[in-house]
Amino acid sequence: MRPTTESGLAVRAHHLSRRFGDFTAVDSLDLDVEAGEIFGFLGANGAGKTTAIRMLCGLLAPSAGEAWVDGLPISTHGEAVKRRIGYMSQRFGLYDDLRVGENLEFYGGIYGLDSAAIKARRGELLERLDLSQALDRPTGSLPLGYKQRLALGVALLHRPPILFLDEPTGGVDPVARRAFWDLIYEVAAEGTTVFVTTHYMDEAEYCGRVSIMVAGRIQALGTPASLKAEHGARDMQDLFLKVVGT
Amino acid sequence: MTPVLDIRSLARAWDGKPALRDLSLTLQAGGMLGLIGPDGAGKTTAMRMACGLLRPDGGEVRVLGLDVQRDGAAIRPLIGYMPQRFSLYPDLSVDENLRFFSELHGLSRDQRQQRRERLLAFSRLEPFTRRRAGALSGGMKQKLALACTLIHEPRLLILDEPTTGVDPVSRQEFWDLLGDLARGGMALWVSTPYMDEAERCGHIQLLHQGQVIAEGRPAELSASFPRRILRLEGADPQAVRQLVQAFAGVVLHRFGHSLHLVCDPDQEEGLRLALRQANLEAKPQPPTLEDAFFHAVAHGSLAA
Amino acid sequence: MLAVAAKEFLHILRDPRTLAVALVMPLAMVLLYGYAIDMELRALPIAVLDEEGGVRSRQLVEDVQSSGFIQVVERLSSREQIEPGFRHNRFLAALVIPAGHARRLGQGREAPVQVVVDGADGSTAATVGAYLEQAIALHNGRRLPGAGLKPPLRVEPRTWFNPQRVSAHFIVPGLTAVVMIMVCALLTSISIVRERETGTLEQVLTAPVQARELILGKLQPYLLIGALDTAVIFFVGRVVFQVPMNGSWLALAGYSLLYIWVALAMGLLISALVRTQQVAMMIALVVTLLPALLLSGFIFSHASMPLPLQVVGHLIPATWYLRIVRGVMLAGVNAWPREALVLAGMGVAITGLALKRFQKRLDD
Repeated sequence: MRPTTESGLAVRAHHLSRRFGDFTAVDSLDLDVEAGEIFGFLGANGAGKTTAIRMLCGLLAPSAGEAWVDGLPISTHGEAVKRRIGYMSQRFGLYDDLRVGENLEFYGGIYGLDSAAIKARRGELLERLDLSQALDRPTGSLPLGYKQRLALGVALLHRPPILFLDEPTGGVDPVARRAFWDLIYEVAAEGTTVFVTTHYMDEAEYCGRVSIMVAGRIQALGTPASLKAEHGARDMQDLFLKVVGT
Repeated sequence: MTPVLDIRSLARAWDGKPALRDLSLTLQAGGMLGLIGPDGAGKTTAMRMACGLLRPDGGEVRVLGLDVQRDGAAIRPLIGYMPQRFSLYPDLSVDENLRFFSELHGLSRDQRQQRRERLLAFSRLEPFTRRRAGALSGGMKQKLALACTLIHEPRLLILDEPTTGVDPVSRQEFWDLLGDLARGGMALWVSTPYMDEAERCGHIQLLHQGQVIAEGRPAELSASFPRRILRLEGADPQAVRQLVQAFAGVVLHRFGHSLHLVCDPDQEEGLRLALRQANLEAKPQPPTLEDAFFHAVAHGSLAA
Repeated sequence: MLAVAAKEFLHILRDPRTLAVALVMPLAMVLLYGYAIDMELRALPIAVLDEEGGVRSRQLVEDVQSSGFIQVVERLSSREQIEPGFRHNRFLAALVIPAGHARRLGQGREAPVQVVVDGADGSTAATVGAYLEQAIALHNGRRLPGAGLKPPLRVEPRTWFNPQRVSAHFIVPGLTAVVMIMVCALLTSISIVRERETGTLEQVLTAPVQARELILGKLQPYLLIGALDTAVIFFVGRVVFQVPMNGSWLALAGYSLLYIWVALAMGLLISALVRTQQVAMMIALVVTLLPALLLSGFIFSHASMPLPLQVVGHLIPATWYLRIVRGVMLAGVNAWPREALVLAGMGVAITGLALKRFQKRLDD
């Protein structure tokens, strides 16, 4: 296990809020995520998941409240927080006109890795993500499943203790999704905390704990099994509909 | 009865590489046919050819008996096609989008008014008629796209991954709408990466590398899964992985706190025994459509 | 920052269209404009009537001649001599410096000089008038610094001015100012919007990279392309159109880099302000090309503009660079501290604004 914070919390949010004009996207969010957890952050479209993740990643300033990532307050230690997180969004954030290797080199560069370190890490990641044969291919020509693994590679480049995945498997077929989750488990087994959002309720089942967000607030929080029992739900899909449905 | 959609031996290659080979299907009014398969399996290619947007290399497509290649103009009003990236005009309101599509199909003023109301009620978009399409949530956008696709009251609705990126509640709502349409006598052909959605179709075709490798009713497909699945709760994945190494071909999947072990029927006894010796009690897990899907993709068919 | 620059380079190399816009367009524009104008007009003969006869007026005459395309062929002693000179085609125009010129300048007042042009050959005459006017404007910049918006030495143009008749010597250096600001602003105008559209911006910003590093990193490769472009234009100007080079290449290169930076920063600012690539390119074109073409003094001199347009003219970078580039190449004057300072100020201000705007925009 990687040493994280004294408190053992990878992510902690306290009354974290974000307003856009008179619309409150995230409403006083309180959340503790333990180091090493695979935490599923669920909610309907527009429930505030992406806004919350963006605040935790330092892309967006909170309107009120505070959050700690790896023990560091995001309001004052934004840059330090960025070194400790890996981020992968549903849009992947890859340059389609660059080759696979060049994408990794670029992101390695902006994380301040020197060229020897980038080269070593690149080889290691390509091997692990089963992308070695795609090294020189233009990223734009890759199938979605490959891009998705490459985006994960980018997020893992600097060996962050915490990984934020915002709908990482959207639009990807079941085979690629399962392969992707195998990778997530591997990463988590090494002690990395995984904070993930998804619309696939079968994936929610893969998480250690999940929260379900409705209109900017967390309406349910616990392990999939305990939540299903609590709400008398058959499966996660059923649970989700029960919690989100009015 | 003439099938609404009748496809025979449809084939198409891109730059000499076959994208679709020998696809055949029939779809009756009121039927819902699901097309599932990994990325690049040829789903979009097949749907585009069925709409006459793409010329097939071989085979034919008939819609209500009319040939798509020869009678394109006659067929167009019969088909509603919602492509994967259906683009609404984000700067136009819900109402203006609907109006544009009705004008595109040359509807009269009365027809337009009547259908607008019916579709708005059907898609529950009434409260949002003046909102710009760009400001709608993902689920509402999809419903508006569906409404625009339905404006000319097609007999056949072809939807290419209509709910990708939409949350579970909206997906459920969307599929309820599709169910209503099918009950109303429309024929629906839908591709989807979601297994729970595929299960709502009357018949599924599993497409892989341009070929249908399995098809049938969803329950039939799950039932014909040729292997066995054992479930372990709360076991240490590393330890189990070590243990099953002795069994060739056994696959281990993690599902949160539970582990699924997929084995051949003749391995089941031995595997259970080995697990029991390690103090692990495995329970049988009924196969799902997804399990069948995986097996078929990995082995090229659902045969053992 | 280096990583950003290197990546930006790859983008440029991978996209032949951008590269074509960057390298071929400026060349095409210069050749087109250059050939479209009459190149016959060189060393135009004029006469000077110096009623003052002091140091100041001698300097003016010197400066007017230094550009090489105006030649003083006759010194007159009275206004009566102008007309016969015109009639016998000895000269095309006369520059009259009235007595009291130096005194007025010394008092900080306007010191009008008169340009009398032979109206017989309309177009040639117009050109001569325009040349003289420009030459005097150069003289203003050089000898009478700190004169502000309204130069103390003013020409009241009397002749209609036909831009098509201005020669390549005059056009090509000015064209550099117009073409470079357009091309450079276009190049960078899409660079941030594009990343916002594809979602890579979000990914980059989760890395510990400062907005400053990103912006400056993006500037570097384009600075190089801009420099290359400028070099190509000057090369064509020299070799194809034989534009004289009376000043220092080194000084010109320095000023040009400064100008390119301002242009690139304008593009970046636009990129940080708008949402889509198309809008960015449109705005870049509109805010650079038209003002540079019409208000910089490239075709229409400032002196002939109404005051509000003059003010706007002085707010655009092309105006200042135009003065420098014509001054260095034609007048052979290398020191343009005021103009350089204005350009540097614009560069700092626009880059700063782009940075600030960019940081703000992450929040929506």
